[in-house]
Amino acid sequence: MIELLATRYNYVGAVLLMAAGLYLVVGDRNLVKKVIGMNLFQTGIFLFLITAAFVSGGAPPVAEEGVETYVSPLPHVLVLTAIVVGVSLSAVALTLVVRIYSEYGTLREDLIAELETEGDD
Amino acid sequence: MTDAIVLAVVAPLLGALAALAAGTRWDRSGWLVAAVTCVVELLLAGVVLATVLQAGRRSYELAGFAPPAGIELVADGLSAPVLGLVAAVALAVLAYARQAGPRGNAFYTVYLLLVAGLAGITLTGDIFNMYVFLEVTGLAAYALVASGDSARSAVASLKYLIVGTVGASLFLLGAAYAFIATGTLNMVDLAARLPEAGYGSRLVLAAFALLVVGLLVKIALFPVHSWQPEAYASAPDSVSALIAALVSTVSAYALARVLLTVFTVDFFAAVPAARDAVVYAAAVSIVAGSALAVMQSDIKRMLAYSSVSQFGMVVAGFAMVSSTATTGGLIHLVGHAVIKGGLFAAAGIVAVRTGGRTVDDYAGLVGRAPVAAAAVGVLGLALVGVPPSVGFVGKWYVAVGAVQEGLWPVAAVILVSTVLTLAYVARVIERMYFAEPVAETDSTGSDPADPPGLSGVSTDGGPVVSPGMVAAVVLAAVVAVALGFAGGAFETLLGPTLAEVFPA
Repeated sequence: MIELLATRYNYVGAVLLMAAGLYLVVGDRNLVKKVIGMNLFQTGIFLFLITAAFVSGGAPPVAEEGVETYVSPLPHVLVLTAIVVGVSLSAVALTLVVRIYSEYGTLREDLIAELETEGDD
Repeated sequence: MTDAIVLAVVAPLLGALAALAAGTRWDRSGWLVAAVTCVVELLLAGVVLATVLQAGRRSYELAGFAPPAGIELVADGLSAPVLGLVAAVALAVLAYARQAGPRGNAFYTVYLLLVAGLAGITLTGDIFNMYVFLEVTGLAAYALVASGDSARSAVASLKYLIVGTVGASLFLLGAAYAFIATGTLNMVDLAARLPEAGYGSRLVLAAFALLVVGLLVKIALFPVHSWQPEAYASAPDSVSALIAALVSTVSAYALARVLLTVFTVDFFAAVPAARDAVVYAAAVSIVAGSALAVMQSDIKRMLAYSSVSQFGMVVAGFAMVSSTATTGGLIHLVGHAVIKGGLFAAAGIVAVRTGGRTVDDYAGLVGRAPVAAAAVGVLGLALVGVPPSVGFVGKWYVAVGAVQEGLWPVAAVILVSTVLTLAYVARVIERMYFAEPVAETDSTGSDPADPPGLSGVSTDGGPVVSPGMVAAVVLAAVVAVALGFAGGAFETLLGPTLAEVFPA
């Protein structure tokens, strides 16, 4: 266990981030916290990918003279793209949250569900 | 003619920008730009289809970088018909949306972005590129669902967004595992290198599980369907028709790609448990979706749960990894898209004509909206799988595939599901043709005022049913029957592709 924490702490961090994010998405009733949880979950995946790209003793993947070993550049590109996707998703999600708040005056999922059933009657 | 392949993705993207740009100058230009773009898209899809029929698999290397390092777009017997479906449905729903709304240049921009995303998923030959297009499609779909009048659609859209993003993120994680195992992201290259990593290795198994579960969330199979009914029910009618016909459909196609092109038959031969897990999950979805559909009183919710069941059938067809079942999966995929799109569009027409939104409201509909009632009748029977409709052909191939593979429980589930489908379709048909219309004074069930958020119709001057709306629905009904005679054509189209996937 100690050895895992000492040598693989990045992976432990990625798993913690994903678990915390998923818990927020499923367990929290506040819509903004759900969006934050969604972001944490994605960040965990980004950390996982970047860590997987690491090569022991490797230099950053920018071509330089005299450097033989680089870390793998492809995951960095993937993560960069995925970050852009994530930002767009957050933007759309927060826009929806603003609209929901201006209509219902609350961000709590359970209260919104109550207001919706009242509206149907 | 490989240029048509890349243009099929680029054209709607440019169209989306053009719709936005033209909108700053001319207020009502959005529909025209979208219509032109969709016609171009349909022509391009026709060219791609003709090329594939003539020359087999064709691919386009983006920016001239050769795969596996570069990204390639692939047109083959599996992707070409799906691209044709996307283009045709997009054009038909656009004709419907002109009157049914929602209007505005922003709507048409997002509409075209959705088409671009769908075309991208269909054509891409790179697993990470597929993730990006999944999210482009997702973003456009979330925005379209939220384009309804009320905040209820915004709540449904946010739920869709959060669940959909978690699903897509799982897909990304799966792609990451596959990349770590093999060092490549190109689908064909992955197929070649996965055996080197070992089909039984934990990395490969984790990649398989994450990719499949991520896509099942997007397809909305039971029990990860929770986002879908509310999203379909609260979206404007044109959006329901478009999304129900295309978004889950193309996700299911993506699953077929992952199962057949990336993991291939050899993987399932080495890990039979993987096949059984997906097939039985699909079987559970078939039964659960039908059972939930029978319990609904709202028409759109009923149709939404019916999709959960029908996509179980499609996924079962693909996951059985046999030539016959895959053909059935593709036919049912296309057939269900036409049927379900048509049904949602017809539900929109009925809502405009009579204000009816529930099964009880459909009582005596044949007297008030005969064309819509006839379309709902034909499409409903096609959904059940009455010959000679396309619903029958798809189910037939899937069931025969299940029998050939010795998966008797699945074959039984398919037969039972037909009865269950009949249970909720017959209920509607009985009300339409044999029940007395509910008295207009009875305000409990037939209040013509739409519940908030359900109306996809702008109320300026009162909602009207346009010829375009009727034409789209009638076309869907005709195509649903006509495709029933096209089983042979699908086999011809798929033949070469399937021969590669399933070496004899």
